[in-house]
Amino acid sequence: MTATVRYDEVEVGQELPAAEYNVRRVNLVMYAGASGDFNQIHWNERFAKMVGLPDVIAHGMFTMAQAGRFVTDWAGDPGAVVDFGVRFSSMVVVPDDDRGATISVSGVVEEKLEDKRVVVGLTARAGDAKVLSKARAVVQLS
Amino acid sequence: MALNRDFVGRTYPPSAPYEVSRVKIKEFAAAIGDNNPLYRDREAAQAAGYPDVIAPPTFPIVFSLQSGGEALVDPDLGLNLAMVVHGEQRFEYVRPVHAGDELVMTSTITDIRTAGRNELLTVRSEVRTVQGEPVCVTYNTIVERGGAG
Repeated sequence: MTATVRYDEVEVGQELPAAEYNVRRVNLVMYAGASGDFNQIHWNERFAKMVGLPDVIAHGMFTMAQAGRFVTDWAGDPGAVVDFGVRFSSMVVVPDDDRGATISVSGVVEEKLEDKRVVVGLTARAGDAKVLSKARAVVQLS
Repeated sequence: MALNRDFVGRTYPPSAPYEVSRVKIKEFAAAIGDNNPLYRDREAAQAAGYPDVIAPPTFPIVFSLQSGGEALVDPDLGLNLAMVVHGEQRFEYVRPVHAGDELVMTSTITDIRTAGRNELLTVRSEVRTVQGEPVCVTYNTIVERGGAG
């Protein structure tokens, strides 16, 4: 398990190239099946609206997985992520159309720790809403 | 209705072992749209130093509530599951989960608190192999919308 990013080559404040991830209803159906989370707010528009939501919303863990993919793609090895936490600050509303929603993820190296570890601060947005807050990953670099 | 604070500190019996399969990891990776070969190709994973394909960082969510999950449906807790959304999630990894792992979870309700009109409940789960090797710790905070109102 070895990250392709070298500790000596990153600096505090360095930005990671932003990425966009699309989410449509079919992705939520697949995620429900794969994760076992069949909460109806993630696939049943009638139910979602009945409990006061604007429409079907993505699983928070789907959004977190996109932020995770952003970090692992950068690090070059998923095993390099040693700590990963987020707060779900807003919902990703997924309309029933062919475009769905877009989750935009960006990151910045916030801190260099001992043992060649760095803290990456993450931001995820959908439209105008910040959908993850307090999102950070600790990554073991080489 | 406010959640029953008596549940804070409760630790639930270890879950039945969860056997991690290559097929499940592949299915999960496909669901999140991640094509990383380490999630699908055993030879690629072994070349990277792993015993088998590894799972994406958020994969432990698949099984992390297997112990302690019954607390959420216990009528004495007072949780309205229809109003639940995910509030926070954190994973501390000792190593990645990989195919072939047999994992056992031990969960504890560590916190119940009010935030505005909502009730927040946090479950900490220790994930170990059946041999006792620590793999990761998960912290799952769920929000009951309007629960405090």
